[in-house]
Amino acid sequence: MQFEHTEEQLMIRSAARELLESYDSARLRAAIGAPGGYEAALWQQMGGELGWCGLALPERYGGAGLGWIELCLLQEELGRRLVASPFFASAVLGAALVMECATEAQRQELLSPLARGQMRFGCAITGPGGHPAPQGVDAEITSAGASLRLSGVADFVIHGDTADVLLVLAREGGGLSLVSIPAGTSGVHVIPHVMMDLTRPMSRIEFQDVTLGADARLGAPGAAALPLERALDLARIALAAEAVGAAERVLEMTGDYLKQRVQFGRPLGSFQALKHRMADLMTEVEAAKSAAWYAACAAQERPEECAEAAAIAKSYCCDAFYSCAAGSVQLHGGIGFTWEHDAHLYFKRARASATLLGSPVWQRERLLRVLGLGAAATPAF
Amino acid sequence: MQLGFTPAEERFRSEAAGWLEAQLSGPFRDLRGESTFSAHLERRLEWERALGAARYGCIGWPAAYGGRDATLAEQVIFAEEYARAGAPWRIGHMGVELAGPTILAFGTDAQKARFLPPIARGEEFWCQGYSEPNAGSDLANVRTRAVLSGQGAQRRWVIDGQKIWTSLAQFADWCFMLVRTEEGSRGHKGLSYLLVPMRQPGVTVRPIRQMTGEAEFNETYFTGAVTDADHVVGAPGDGWRIAMGTLAFERGVSTLGQQMGFRNELDAIIAAARANGMVGDPLIRQRLAHAHIGLKLMRYSALRMLSSAQAGRLSNEAYTYKIFWASWRKKLGELAVDVLGPAAEVAAPTYEWELLPRLFLGSRADTIYGGTNQIQRNIIAERALGLPKEPRGS
Ligand SMILES: Cc1cc2nc3c(=O)[nH]c(=O)nc-3n(C[C@H](O)[C@H](O)[C@H](O)COP(=O)(O)OP(=O)(O)OC[C@H]3O[C@@H](n4cnc5c(N)ncnc54)[C@H](O)[C@@H]3O)c2cc1C
Repeated sequence: MQFEHTEEQLMIRSAARELLESYDSARLRAAIGAPGGYEAALWQQMGGELGWCGLALPERYGGAGLGWIELCLLQEELGRRLVASPFFASAVLGAALVMECATEAQRQELLSPLARGQMRFGCAITGPGGHPAPQGVDAEITSAGASLRLSGVADFVIHGDTADVLLVLAREGGGLSLVSIPAGTSGVHVIPHVMMDLTRPMSRIEFQDVTLGADARLGAPGAAALPLERALDLARIALAAEAVGAAERVLEMTGDYLKQRVQFGRPLGSFQALKHRMADLMTEVEAAKSAAWYAACAAQERPEECAEAAAIAKSYCCDAFYSCAAGSVQLHGGIGFTWEHDAHLYFKRARASATLLGSPVWQRERLLRVLGLGAAATPAF
Repeated sequence: MQLGFTPAEERFRSEAAGWLEAQLSGPFRDLRGESTFSAHLERRLEWERALGAARYGCIGWPAAYGGRDATLAEQVIFAEEYARAGAPWRIGHMGVELAGPTILAFGTDAQKARFLPPIARGEEFWCQGYSEPNAGSDLANVRTRAVLSGQGAQRRWVIDGQKIWTSLAQFADWCFMLVRTEEGSRGHKGLSYLLVPMRQPGVTVRPIRQMTGEAEFNETYFTGAVTDADHVVGAPGDGWRIAMGTLAFERGVSTLGQQMGFRNELDAIIAAARANGMVGDPLIRQRLAHAHIGLKLMRYSALRMLSSAQAGRLSNEAYTYKIFWASWRKKLGELAVDVLGPAAEVAAPTYEWELLPRLFLGSRADTIYGGTNQIQRNIIAERALGLPKEPRGS
């Protein structure tokens, strides 16, 4: 038992932190304004020389063969800087969906380009009602001779507008299937939203009688429900790691401000009311780290604990991030309410991360189900 | 990062679990699930001696002093199994978790040889003499005095003053205490850390009744009480540093076993909620989930602290551990009575309480002793976050 990152893991973290040191507010804002809402050069670097996109992929797909613990360290560092990037949609959620649902040949085909940084996934797994997948899936597959026909609507698709391939969850027969669709396929309409969280663009996607080959289906017909759960848990765990990094960073920013801002003739940080609020936030952040790190270990070593660990990490870390980001707005005073200051970017990301893949309330209800405590009315989101 | 235990550690787990099961279904059947601090005193003392005889009393200590040189992983395992078996709260806690580790870290070889084996055997019990009527959060304000007097082999510390809130002093053989040994000194300076026998004419213990109805803490008066000249831990005048060392144990991972025991309290709440249907209430369910999550996070955080301690580092988590579990447990107590409803408020005729109402009342102390939540927040803000200190009044 060694519940601490190894030297090699810490090196991955410090290399990532160093690289992202220059990803400051100006760069983040430039990325937000860029086409697709991210910085193309950084994305190329991640997929190319840095090899981040393939970090957790098996070597047979051109990956580095490391695991979810390492991937989550990157997620923490990306979270610290609120990096706007297709990384989560592609190398986390998309990769997990393909790994869990697809056949070996399909994995080769989809993951090898990802490992080289030449694949952006858009994961269309959420229905227009916004319920956590697979609830409320609207898209439906029907067979039309040797081919498939896809109709319906998916929404809240992260980086859906710039994806190379869409991974679409759809009802088929009595079950669920996942299909992969190249961008630009006829009948696919991508409608980008203006999102509250400026750092994670999302789109609504409409499918109008899209005709697909049978090989578009990843895995067996109607069999995606079970592997989907595991893929979602892996993504939740990585999202929790991202939240922890962001929470820690926004708390640091707030602490720095309180040390430097003087009112009533003394630094604000010397007032006990503010110190105590900061101490409570740090207590949450430290517990959140424990949650995220344990969940990353569970993802790697203990599949049987994955659902529980994911529900714990996703709910606790997103709550902690929200507390820190909300605290940051408050403790910065007027400047914290401006567009110019970064506090709102963290606050909005915190809200968006909490909602994504099942809110903290939803995760806690799910946790009780996992623990065998029955089910009350399932929370909507 | 690696969660698994080695085969040797798993063997230790089954050996420990087997022993605990045999004891708690055999000779100590009556103590299974005992959650009070000190009820059934005689049996509790026997239990401590049984643990000692099997060398399960202080497994992390060196074998030379009655321990097993257990690794940190084995200590985690033992704490888990101890809780799982429903073994009683350890009345030897003050010696095992506070006095012993302090002496091990800061004591002389002679002190280790004198004091550690009887703690490990469950034969000598300790209490903590820090707080005084005018020195609570502001511990550096202690006024109890000790002076060296006599010559040669007769040289002794003579102690005068009053301690308060001294838990389990009525049963203790020894007290580790913070006293002022430099006449006219103030604050952190001029304090010493003495080990003082409790069973002597100069020591008077008066129990104080607590809000639970029980009387576990005491007023403790020292009037010309004595202890050997060499029963001082660290140099005379260096007492503050040693006392802070003990507090670090009290706030840190030494309490892992205690937190493992909280599982049983949560399980009792869940059982009650199932029995009366509250388990279907969406708001109660959210709180049950929060409680489960908090408990898991304590365990994960303890594993983190143990791992970094093993590597000789203090993780940030160490600063936040005490406030986290104490605040968590207070909420657990509130959840317990909310699940039970009005029935929770009916005591036994002698004002004794079942497990869950006792949890509700007893947990109010968790955020007070060992440094209140407010003091923990000051420490986190100043030491971990580096925020400026508040000016001290005169
Ligand atoms: C069940 C129980 C068992 C105990 N056992 C022992 C024992 O065995 N040995 C022992 O030595 N002591 C023991 N104590 C004493 C305990 O350590 C003290 O009660 C505690 O340190 C607080 O001191 P106080 O009671 O003097 O409160 P005070 O220091 O007077 O505090 C009163 C209130 O003011 C707050 N406060 C104080 N200073 C500050 C500040 N600077 N900033 C903000 N808020 C502040 C406190 O948080 C508290 O809410 C025990 C206490 C309890 C409840």
